[in-house]
Amino acid sequence: MLNMIMSFGLPGVMAQGIIWGLMAIGVYITFKILDIADLTVDGSFATGGAVLVMSVTQYGMNIWISLLLAFIAGCLAGLMTGIFHTKFGIPAILSGILTQFALYSINLRILTCANVALNVRKYSDVVLISSFYTTDALIKCAIFAAIIIGLLYLFFGTQLGQSLRATGCNPNMSRANGINTERNKILGLVISNGVVALSGGLLAQYQGFADINMGRGAIVIGLAAVIIGEVLFAKIYRNLAVRFTSAIVGGILYYVIISLVLRMGLKADDLKLLTALVVAIFLGIPFWKKSIMDSRIKKGVESNVKNQ
Amino acid sequence: MLKINNISKTFNTGTVNEKKALINVSLHLKEGDFVTVIGGNGAGKSTLLNSVCGVFNIDSGSIEIDGADVTRLSEHKRAKYLGRVFQDPMMGTAADMQIMENMSLAYRRGKKHGLSWALTSKEKKVYKEMLSQLGLGLENRMSSKVGLLSGGQRQALTLLMAVAQKPKVLLLDEHTAALDPTTAGKVLELSDKFISENNLTAMMITHNMKDAIAYGNRLIMMNEGRIIYDVSGEEKKNLTVDDLLKKFAALSGEEFANDRALLN
Repeated sequence: MLNMIMSFGLPGVMAQGIIWGLMAIGVYITFKILDIADLTVDGSFATGGAVLVMSVTQYGMNIWISLLLAFIAGCLAGLMTGIFHTKFGIPAILSGILTQFALYSINLRILTCANVALNVRKYSDVVLISSFYTTDALIKCAIFAAIIIGLLYLFFGTQLGQSLRATGCNPNMSRANGINTERNKILGLVISNGVVALSGGLLAQYQGFADINMGRGAIVIGLAAVIIGEVLFAKIYRNLAVRFTSAIVGGILYYVIISLVLRMGLKADDLKLLTALVVAIFLGIPFWKKSIMDSRIKKGVESNVKNQ
Repeated sequence: MLKINNISKTFNTGTVNEKKALINVSLHLKEGDFVTVIGGNGAGKSTLLNSVCGVFNIDSGSIEIDGADVTRLSEHKRAKYLGRVFQDPMMGTAADMQIMENMSLAYRRGKKHGLSWALTSKEKKVYKEMLSQLGLGLENRMSSKVGLLSGGQRQALTLLMAVAQKPKVLLLDEHTAALDPTTAGKVLELSDKFISENNLTAMMITHNMKDAIAYGNRLIMMNEGRIIYDVSGEEKKNLTVDDLLKKFAALSGEEFANDRALLN
């Protein structure tokens, strides 16, 4: 078993897992903290990759500046969703779908075609991580993730960050305490999609290209990572930094599991079906738990009545 | 302190469900006034309070708090003037956040939320002292999630949060209705204590006529969107529940109908 794991290149799989885990942190911010299911990420992930690749290949920019630009592009995508949601009064989920739809055109504009390569041989001095040097990529991704988690942890400990958490937790209470919930929702979407685009930029470097479809299903993978992390860390689930880290661990585990089942003979074509079903089941568990509890309580009441 | 001038509010205008919730209501409160509000179901009590909070825009009239016209101000901007406790104990606090985090949100009501650290050790001391006023031992579990508290504890915390930053007007919307009688009594005592100690201007909706008489220096009765009876001073002190019921029958021409009031 161990041989099998090593043979498919565990470091590389884990590095990819961390990148998707970073994306999952973006999903965590909207889905768990703001209580919004934001589908923008499917588009903004690719936007991040596209902006990074084009900045490096077409404009010869520094990789860090390119990453920053990818982050900003993601922020703008989040801003668009936020404005649709709060200023146009469109339900959050539909706002995300609209932006994601629009981003397909925007991403094509940025990339100019469906797929642009970031040749590692040519840009070896530029790119930070690459699938050709998996161990190196794994270490760098881990450091990168740690920095992002640290920054987000600090942010959510500030007065502003705290008011953002309150907005997601109880909007009525937030407004009663003078918090501008609309602005906070926009801000949360902006930060979330910035992080998502940043991880898109990392993946484009790692795989050596940006693709118009690279973000397809990102929301589902993000949710899978968040849920796996949640199940594993349920007991020590208090600190926000731990929760963010659990999303990263969830991302890694998701990728390790996927790689294993592919090794064991599952067709890659069936992967998305499998992921969707797993995520649906895990999302359903709290609901089933509740309805089982409810039916038990009802039965308890009935038997009490009979006894009387 | 609070001037409500001729306000009206109709819900679902132009549909079969049209409901005139408030009709030309005026009410002026002086600083330190503590008004109790009673009335039947759908009398407009909550609508009146929510108009002051800015939960929705009113159709006509104006609202002034401490000389400032807030009629068109959004809900979160008005919050700096107002302390609020809701009927639902779940509504006034953020369940997934710690007790002290909730306190710090309330302590910063109406102020800018900047990028400085939210919980400083200096502030924690302040919150600890404030929480000890409740006598519930919450000061020793400041890092517990509010969701772990009972309804009564949460309501007491919400009350403390409403007065943490002295409000111009404190609005209590049947804030003890969802609690058991003993806890309700305690929360009511606390409310009265905070109001008199800080000389707060307050409005309290209640379904309990005894409480409405016992607390505050003024009482108003509402029916079908209007204030039909307004009494204060000695006259209010000497009221009995019977007087109120008779008054209601005489002024509105019908029996007092409030499903919860009947139970008392």
